[in-house]
Amino acid sequence: MNDNIKQGATGLIMNEPLLWEKGKKGRIGFSLPEADVDAYPLDESLVGHGPDFPDLSEVDVVRHYTCLSQWNFGVDTGMYPLGSCTMKYNPKTNERQAALPGFANAHPLLPQEMAQGVLKMIYDLERCLADITGLDAVTVQPTAGAHGELCGMLIFDSYHKSRGEKRSKIIVPDTAHGTNPASAALCEMKPVAVKSNENGILEPERIAAIMDEDTAGIMVTNPNTLGLFEENIKAIAGIVHGKGGLVYGDGANMNAVMGIVDMGRIGIDVLHLNLHKTFSTPHGGGGPGTGPVCVKKHLEPFLPIPRVIKQDEMYALREDFPQSIGRLHAFYGNVGVMLKAYSYILSMGPENLKKVSQLAVLNANYIKEKLKSTFHLAYDRPCMHECVFSDKIQQANKISTLDVAKRLMDYGFHPPTIYFPLVVNGAIMVEPTETECREDIDRFIEAMKAVAKEAEQNPDLLRNAPVTPKLNRLDETSAARKPCLTG
Amino acid sequence: MKEINELELPEDVRYSKDHEWAKSDGETIRIGVDDYAQDQLGDIVFVEMPEVGDKFGKDDVFGSIESVKAVADLFMPVGGEVTAINTDLEDAPELVNQSPYGDGWMIEIKVDNSSDLEDLMTKEAYLAVLQGSE
Repeated sequence: MNDNIKQGATGLIMNEPLLWEKGKKGRIGFSLPEADVDAYPLDESLVGHGPDFPDLSEVDVVRHYTCLSQWNFGVDTGMYPLGSCTMKYNPKTNERQAALPGFANAHPLLPQEMAQGVLKMIYDLERCLADITGLDAVTVQPTAGAHGELCGMLIFDSYHKSRGEKRSKIIVPDTAHGTNPASAALCEMKPVAVKSNENGILEPERIAAIMDEDTAGIMVTNPNTLGLFEENIKAIAGIVHGKGGLVYGDGANMNAVMGIVDMGRIGIDVLHLNLHKTFSTPHGGGGPGTGPVCVKKHLEPFLPIPRVIKQDEMYALREDFPQSIGRLHAFYGNVGVMLKAYSYILSMGPENLKKVSQLAVLNANYIKEKLKSTFHLAYDRPCMHECVFSDKIQQANKISTLDVAKRLMDYGFHPPTIYFPLVVNGAIMVEPTETECREDIDRFIEAMKAVAKEAEQNPDLLRNAPVTPKLNRLDETSAARKPCLTG
Repeated sequence: MKEINELELPEDVRYSKDHEWAKSDGETIRIGVDDYAQDQLGDIVFVEMPEVGDKFGKDDVFGSIESVKAVADLFMPVGGEVTAINTDLEDAPELVNQSPYGDGWMIEIKVDNSSDLEDLMTKEAYLAVLQGSE
């Protein structure tokens, strides 16, 4: 440890055994009423050993998980500049609205006339997302970004089939999100990779050279994973449309362009959003999420069912859309997530959503300018909501991106995204989001500079980092090669 | 990571632009990834292999390699039919790091066009490519 570290150096971090080491036979955390029916012997074939769970009391369990939570780091703890993930603060009012008993206790099998509030919320949220993106119709059924991509690719496929065509390829740039080619491949489309140019964006000529009538379209992440706006998107959309293809927009980076870019007018036909990124719903621990899909009018018939429609001031779930790609999820997706995003959109309002994007972009550019002489900047041009550095300068001291990321923990920050995007060797991808104040961003910049200085003067400090968290440098290789998945 | 002059690049194999190596063994050609690739990827944790009998053209993807940092495709330096795979990599992917040209080999193929190997780079030509990309 050294004097540079002002945060994360102290704290009350307790040891905590595994639950299996903690329990005691016979302890229990609940009580059931006495059985008022006679016991009936179970069929032999149904009887087996129960799971290997420890016996625990309620207080054992609560203290255990509270203790573990204190070892953790989240958006409620501090700045979490994990690029591509939009780890913005999640306002507590979202939780409050989602917990309103009328919403929280609504059973998914309620008759529609008794679930008007939930249906209205879904309907209104879909209208809000249409307004925000500039597209015409929306489904909020997909439960993750990649689920939205799958929905989008199924729509592509159904659209071409409706025209009597089966197209077997899809163009995916090297600056798209990694899940894009996988989603297309699931729909039997072969991804055709295209390289970005020396400025980190797409070149219309390169698209023109590969776009043909066996290609279903293109999947563009805009802003792309380098945090750069695809300036040629309109020309590219023109080329793709010219050959009968469709343009998919991966809107995972929508936080950079809300209220500024009209996705319909730049040529996007289908776009997914991530409510758990842009619209401030929680996404630690892998979910649950929601990946709404927004489409132009001519693709509306293909949206998944059931759809919420409004008729005579009443809301209803309808399934009679013969061209629909079908169901993507049980019931209507993750309603709790929708409520939180709806709460966010209504409490912000249009002007503030635009300001969110402006501040997210400003914050990223501020960090980029302040750190570009300290860390190699892959593409030195104005960025959107995130900026990508690399370890090129630090390599002289045999210090890698991983070492920098680990050392940053000692300064009290969650590390940025590392080794992604793949187009930048040793990438360090920083996305501050709009929710960090100037002072916190300045502290992050100072920490990055201090780490860079340590890399020159005392590189072992980085190689042995982190030292302040409960656990230090983990053996990630063994964890991946020989995973231990049981207690 | 290694400097270019620290890389182990034997003379008796040929190299592809995608950092695979190929070595002729009379009837068959043995294929793996080179020292540069394993060093860039870092600790290898999984190698996804084709099956014996699979046929691939030159530059086709024949599998993938996963490290703690990333997953990368494996490309055929020459086209042909897979005649053997290195099953040791299933339990010991670290062999790719420890011995990329030896125990860390990946597949053997019966080549479909024997002139292909000649199109690949010699050590000198490959070194020039690596230096050019610095």
